[in-house]
Amino acid sequence: MFTTFLIKYAEIGVKGKNKYLFEEALAQQVKYALKRCEGEFKVTRTEGRIYVHALSEFDYDETVDNLKTVFGVSAICPVVAVSDEGFDELAKTVVDYVDKVYPDKNMTFKVQARRARKNYPLNSMELNMELGAAVLDAYPEMRVDVHSPQMRLYVEIRERIYIYSIEIPGPGGMPVGSNGKAMLLLSGGIDSPVAGYMIAKRGVKIDAVYFHAPPYTSDRAKQKVIDLAKLVSRYSGPIYLHIINFTDIQLYIYEKCPHEELTIIMRRYMMKIAEQIAKENECLGLITGESIGQVASQTVQSLAVTNEVCTLPVFRPLIGFDKMEIVEVSEKIGTYETSILPYEDCCTIFVAKHPVTKPNLNVIKRHEQNLAEGIDELVKKALDTDEVVVVKYE
Amino acid sequence: MEVYLDNSATTKCFVQVADLMTQILCEDYGNPSSLHRKGVQAEQYIRYAKEVLARNLKVSEKEIFFTSGGTESDNLALMGGAYANCRSGRHLITTQIEHPAILQTMKHLEEEGFRVTYLPVDEKGCIRLEDLERAITGETILVSIMHTNNEVGSVQPIAEAGALIKRKNPRILFHVDAVQGYGKYRIFPKKLKIDMLSVSGHKIHGPKGTGFLYVDEKVKLKPILFGGGQQNGIRSGTENVPGIAGLAKAVELMYGKLDEDVAKLYELKKTFVEGVQKLDHVIVNGHPDETGAPHIVSVSIRGVRSEVLLHALEDKGIYVSAGSACSAHKPQPSATLKAMGIEPELLGSTIRFSFSVFTTAEEIDYTLRTMYDIIPMLRKYTRS
Repeated sequence: MFTTFLIKYAEIGVKGKNKYLFEEALAQQVKYALKRCEGEFKVTRTEGRIYVHALSEFDYDETVDNLKTVFGVSAICPVVAVSDEGFDELAKTVVDYVDKVYPDKNMTFKVQARRARKNYPLNSMELNMELGAAVLDAYPEMRVDVHSPQMRLYVEIRERIYIYSIEIPGPGGMPVGSNGKAMLLLSGGIDSPVAGYMIAKRGVKIDAVYFHAPPYTSDRAKQKVIDLAKLVSRYSGPIYLHIINFTDIQLYIYEKCPHEELTIIMRRYMMKIAEQIAKENECLGLITGESIGQVASQTVQSLAVTNEVCTLPVFRPLIGFDKMEIVEVSEKIGTYETSILPYEDCCTIFVAKHPVTKPNLNVIKRHEQNLAEGIDELVKKALDTDEVVVVKYE
Repeated sequence: MEVYLDNSATTKCFVQVADLMTQILCEDYGNPSSLHRKGVQAEQYIRYAKEVLARNLKVSEKEIFFTSGGTESDNLALMGGAYANCRSGRHLITTQIEHPAILQTMKHLEEEGFRVTYLPVDEKGCIRLEDLERAITGETILVSIMHTNNEVGSVQPIAEAGALIKRKNPRILFHVDAVQGYGKYRIFPKKLKIDMLSVSGHKIHGPKGTGFLYVDEKVKLKPILFGGGQQNGIRSGTENVPGIAGLAKAVELMYGKLDEDVAKLYELKKTFVEGVQKLDHVIVNGHPDETGAPHIVSVSIRGVRSEVLLHALEDKGIYVSAGSACSAHKPQPSATLKAMGIEPELLGSTIRFSFSVFTTAEEIDYTLRTMYDIIPMLRKYTRS
């Protein structure tokens, strides 16, 4: 019975003069999500609202599932839209709506009318009372509860009249594209895809970089990262994934620096390279999945040492999360099962038995001088291996 | 240069097999159960395939049942045999080094109330007949022993085991998983006292998704698939005509010049084993000589992780198998290597090379030279 959806948005409603930009971005993202759905749709923006109209047969569940991936959407409301043919017709439509949506009528309800078009003969209070009475007349087993009803029946009088009572929660956040672009350091683990998701949720467009280390990591590990990027892109929109061959740098560090510092020095070079690619691609920040204390390279001391190589801001949305909380999000967004596939990533292959947990920046820098001879050349070579994969969820 | 040395995983299909299958898929595509001419034509392919296989094993055509491959053949043999004979007892015997198609099916049968004895192996990967003799009880209804081990190529004493089992109790069913041995050895079930024999098509340059189970006509078997009652009700489902014809074609080609091919494989194996032994700290597992399978060489290389060596060889166009699928997060050491008592440190450093009739001396030479190059380099960089 529903052929129209009202897309409700919360946070972008309060953005002052930039509001239209946010709305435009949201409408774009809604269209992008609808491309994956069977059927034809039209997206309209009228009176500060976004509506999705189905123009053909469509799959209701599939459409709702895809709309639920659009950041900036606070709720999706399937609505019945009718033109104004007088109050009696409206009352009939409302009674009919209740019958179709709620076969079991043993419930409390409340009509919540809103007269946006002020020339409508009844005001909001009158509409509430009259429509409430009409429903009660038709279904005496229903009861009115104005404080905490089981069902709120919204009737909005605009150019057309919209009737709805179902609100499916959306993901919240802000529409992607409304907030610049950042570069995600994507590994094959649980954390980094979640970090990407969370920053994208704030409206940030995402590119990603993955460091692979053949023959120590396999093509399957690389495919796994592409698969993860694809799952994130369901929410974030298309992702440009940069794949960098990191083997030679890693072996060089292994050869020249103390083994316990391998991981931390390696991460410093990853950040450096990621920052360079970020700058070349108009990204204004880096995103990592780090969380304080999770592993040796994520202690506060280690984070400080890693951070020191960058000038761009580093966004670490998981910084205060426990592992279980991260796992929860990854399960919710559907990346968990892929993340736990047992392929080795380049962070673990040479990991020392007792890596430093409280690195000292001066010591690290002194040891990095052992790399002076060859590292710049190797970084340049690594940047040349950049293979870009455009990842889209379709 | 591309060198495919993972023929125990799967093999390249013979071109004659592929051609024949294309012909059947596109022209002679009838359902063998149909009454019309198209059906009869399709049935001819199956009839012919049965003839080829029956002649090859010296058994009757009625004793060949086509399946979707080794796994299904093993499942049918074990479950079908166990359920049909559970009134005589609920004890089964197998070995610790079987393929998962056997081990997991046995595990399932254990959950169903059967008792299973898993025979240990010696350091070369062979069972001991004394252990088998001791394991057999009045309750035993089925023994399943693989012909050739897939990981190290050890060949089990099938003839002796068959004789022993039947001497103890002729009613015990003897099943042999010959997925790795068939196509390399002449196997005659009646002579070896084998009641059931599993074979897979894609290990012998035939198509994937094909295989058969030989079942002695005296054996009672319960089906595990139900449907249209094809193949005497033992294996319902429209016969995979192109697959069956392709499988038979592959068997004809494999056995057409078997002696010559096997001699060549042993020659390659000898060259390879000698070459590998020139490396330091390397152990060739199982039987490096002609008492082991002609096409499988398992090598443990100290200080090199098998997965890393695999990818490094891959980079040079050489495809091999890591003896155990192993990663830093989830080490799953191979059951076979463990049963052989390989030292734990080498479990994750074992690589399997497996040859085929397409393998050449140049390829072996190239592989050895590549290993001489790569291995010292890989040994330099290791996890502390």
